[in-house]
Amino acid sequence: MAIWLTKDSKVIVQGMTGSEGSKHTRRMLAAGTNVVGGVNPRKAGQTVDFAGTELPVFASVADAMAQTGADVTVIFVPPQFTKGAVVEAIDAGIDLAVVITEGVPVHDTAAFWAYNVAKGERTRIIGPNCPGIASPGASNAGIIPADITGTGRIGLVSKSGTLTYQMMYELRDIGFSTCVGIGGDPIIGTTHIDALAAFEADPDTDAIVMIGEIGGDAEERAAEFIKANVTKPVVGYIAGFTAPPGKTMGHAGAIISGSAGTADAKKDALEAVGVKVGKTPTETAKLMREIMSAG
Amino acid sequence: MDLYEYQGRDLFERHGLPVLAGGVATTPEEARAIAERLGGRVVVKAQVKVGGRGKAGGVKLAEGAEETVARATDILGMDIKGHTVHKVMITVTADVAEEYYFSYLLDRANRTFLCIASVAGGMDIEQVAAETPEKVVKAPIDANTGVDEAKAREIVTAANFPADVADQVVAVAVDLWKAFVAEDATLVEVNPLAKTGEGRLLLLDAKVTLDENAAFRHPDHEALVDQAAVDPLEQAAKEKDLNYVKLDGEVGIIGNGAGLVMSTLDVVAYAGERHGGVKPANFLDIGGGASAAVMANGLEIVLSDPSVRSVFVNVFGGITACDEVANGIVQALALLEQRGEQVAKPLVVRLDGNNAEAGRAILDGANNPLVQRVDTMDGAAERAAELAAAGV
Repeated sequence: MAIWLTKDSKVIVQGMTGSEGSKHTRRMLAAGTNVVGGVNPRKAGQTVDFAGTELPVFASVADAMAQTGADVTVIFVPPQFTKGAVVEAIDAGIDLAVVITEGVPVHDTAAFWAYNVAKGERTRIIGPNCPGIASPGASNAGIIPADITGTGRIGLVSKSGTLTYQMMYELRDIGFSTCVGIGGDPIIGTTHIDALAAFEADPDTDAIVMIGEIGGDAEERAAEFIKANVTKPVVGYIAGFTAPPGKTMGHAGAIISGSAGTADAKKDALEAVGVKVGKTPTETAKLMREIMSAG
Repeated sequence: MDLYEYQGRDLFERHGLPVLAGGVATTPEEARAIAERLGGRVVVKAQVKVGGRGKAGGVKLAEGAEETVARATDILGMDIKGHTVHKVMITVTADVAEEYYFSYLLDRANRTFLCIASVAGGMDIEQVAAETPEKVVKAPIDANTGVDEAKAREIVTAANFPADVADQVVAVAVDLWKAFVAEDATLVEVNPLAKTGEGRLLLLDAKVTLDENAAFRHPDHEALVDQAAVDPLEQAAKEKDLNYVKLDGEVGIIGNGAGLVMSTLDVVAYAGERHGGVKPANFLDIGGGASAAVMANGLEIVLSDPSVRSVFVNVFGGITACDEVANGIVQALALLEQRGEQVAKPLVVRLDGNNAEAGRAILDGANNPLVQRVDTMDGAAERAAELAAAGV
């Protein structure tokens, strides 16, 4: 088992016929993901060939779900259409929407999030601006490379894509239950806390790696949550200790404003609740390795 | 993007909000023209994106054109907390009876927007919130229903605005929300929102932050970028679609993915502590799936920074293929050599992940004495810091 994405997940791709969408559909199929179709109203009824796998294109998410039983959508549409695509997925009542698109205006994200809340949060949204979710050996929804690591019992939640890959690589001999890239935007659909809660409840996860970065106070809130709710060991890493205030470091959310959002504050909050925090990705992996070998 | 006060004032004015008549000047002569147009007594305010300008002498009253020119001459070129004053805003004066506070901002923690309002304005709102929390109202705003008259009245009542200005504050709250949404702002802050002696409401200051992700629907926002303040290397990088931030150290950094690059800055800074205190010279994220051309562009920008003494290329190939990265390095060095540019700065390269073996083989095959391969991120950071400390 794993969290949110399993071998039984049926995945559709919104934006499957675009260049990014088609490239990653091919990769997801190669990783063993059960991709059952794509959505594009202008190409509905056509099929697309992915190295021998013919995938149907549907007019809407609701259509695709009705005809394939899909329960996961991966969204690759450009930023100006992302809000519409997510709202469509919410209206269709899909279980999980993974929003890969980078550069979505924060008013659009706030709007689709508020819409999801008004609809009772029937849909779990991961992202935007995220690498997606991978349950090694079972399924892969997004752009996380499938060949870095195999199945294991570590859960990973991270704001950053490449740091996710780096950590998977460092601990590839131990393996992961699920790796979730939640994205680095100021507003995201799934938070560290959501993932921590799911890993805590997952019988196939023994320990959790949490990767954060400067900006906001999500890591501080995660620390409070860990104190009250998480019994499994958690190891943390924070990127951006030496980032200067006022400069946005690549991710729209990664900025130190005044005294808020610094890496030191996040590290202190995590250590105060017993989370071991590594100084570098390699040191963090070492801390996790010690926990796993101690059993 | 943070706006200057005058840009915020202009934005408020465009959206029909009550602001003081005024203009912006970059020279004393321009200040004279504005003073003559406005007539009478004016305020001359330094335009810098930092607080405390009043205390630093950056805000002065002036009577008539001659005095305005004199005050503008004093203030232009002044240094306020490391910011040079290039522009002054000149407005008519207001007879202020009371000062309030009003803002809309992004509330990351609750994944929505927030309105903060207080009848105790004119000072730092964080201080008001700490000392007299009962005077600060924080109201969550639903992104889809926004602020209509009823919502605005709810806020005005909760914040205890005096009855004689309540209707005006409601109108300002509704129009300010419209401006916040229409401009894709993440912050609009008015402090003070003032009541004049005649009981008229005025927005006397403007702090506005715009969302750069929304630039595609705001072609006019490009003109708000302060070109004079943009670092030339950052500008060159932007033209090549590279995500580059200039920093003040000696080790050039190139990586893929914002998190990994941030992490690389940290690891290099730690290594620098053992090597003469060298620090990262920049943040450069070549992004996912970078081609050889993108890598070459990035390397060219980093090598053109005169403060760079060594370069650390740290790539974990997810979508990015390490052989493309290696080809980009080889091509960039060959290109610079063809142009007759002497490259003497050593490059430390760490490649892992997608096609890493092929990438390493390309670098080894090129056999360029400037390029050193190190297998681990921590080890490579150590080497790059050591070379920068020893270098030129």
